[in-house]
Amino acid sequence: MKALLRRDLLLAMRAGGGFGLGLAFFLIVTVLVPFGVGPQSELLSRIAPGILWIGALLACLLSLDRLLALDWEDGTLDLLATSPLPLEAALSIKALAHWITTGLPLVLAAPVFGVLLSLPDAGYVWLVISLALGTPALSVIGTFGAALTVGVKRGGLLMSLLVLPLYVPTLIFGAEVARRGAEGMQTTTPLLMLAGITAGVIAIMPFASAAALRVNLR
Amino acid sequence: MLDGLSFGLAPGQALILRGPNGSGKTTLLRTLAGLQPPLSGEIIAGEDQIAYAAHSDGLKAMLTVAENLTFWADVFGQRDIETAIAAFSLEPLRDRLAGTLSAGQKRRLGLARMLVTGRPIWMLDEPTVSLDVDAVALFAGAIRAHLGAGGAALIATHIDLGLDAEVFDVAPFRAAHDARVGASDEAFL
Repeated sequence: MKALLRRDLLLAMRAGGGFGLGLAFFLIVTVLVPFGVGPQSELLSRIAPGILWIGALLACLLSLDRLLALDWEDGTLDLLATSPLPLEAALSIKALAHWITTGLPLVLAAPVFGVLLSLPDAGYVWLVISLALGTPALSVIGTFGAALTVGVKRGGLLMSLLVLPLYVPTLIFGAEVARRGAEGMQTTTPLLMLAGITAGVIAIMPFASAAALRVNLR
Repeated sequence: MLDGLSFGLAPGQALILRGPNGSGKTTLLRTLAGLQPPLSGEIIAGEDQIAYAAHSDGLKAMLTVAENLTFWADVFGQRDIETAIAAFSLEPLRDRLAGTLSAGQKRRLGLARMLVTGRPIWMLDEPTVSLDVDAVALFAGAIRAHLGAGGAALIATHIDLGLDAEVFDVAPFRAAHDARVGASDEAFL
């Protein structure tokens, strides 16, 4: 399992793109929004938590395409499926590697991008907390989407359609934590819901992903 | 695809699968390797004894030869990659990125992967594609060494490897309703 994680991270570093792509997209979104809605900082700071969360979610979605497709093309998935490593574990590891290369950089960069959207001071901590709690769910759910569509030529669109509805609860509660935090309100309820969703999908989704992948490998 | 097929494989024995293109050799190997369930019938060998090698080798272009082998050795809980490197004379290539190898060199690396799995039953699907004469000899040598160590091999190939192996023709076992199944499969894809 460690070998798979190490390999995926090494590949992400060497192939370039892996680390940069999601982050660059996130940056573009947060830079463009002020141009689009105008420079009133009062309006910006009100929509900042939502925009940051949507940006992070789309940045995550952008890199899901490559999550399993590359391993499918060169036959690695076939060979992994016949290896002693359970497919559930292999997919959990791939989701973890995806989170480290996509979700984690977003979490770390989000406060910097918050400045661009004049996020209220109280919001930074809660933005980071909500993203740190929510992005693992995005990676795990995304792995399920990738496993469902892995055999489909240019399955990116289909995968986005399948995955987006599953992302909605995470987005709602994640953005709600950040918004309430920014407005100095009580965050406990959405925070617990967000943590619950993440814990739930981490526990259940790898089994669904492995089942979907087994069907696709036939 | 195939119907009423049955064979056994003893330790130290190799079996060559023959049959025209599309006769179900790959399907049979994938089924035996556990990638798809048989519609009926029984596979007696455990999945954890079988190492499978297909047309694509599962190599990462951005990793070196040694890194590719080490990864697969780790996945299969093995340590030793030197035997595999020596068996397919990959020593001069060990620090090259797999993406820069020629087709035949990639194939050699893909076959070397079988050695680092440490599994007794090898299932090889057209292993000699894009190998030159010397590499085929290396491959036949590796198979012989594997059989000598009590392993077994099931090889789908059209060329003569010079092995003392039984030949098993899958063509007579083609299922009667094959055409219909094939058609619906294609429609689905």
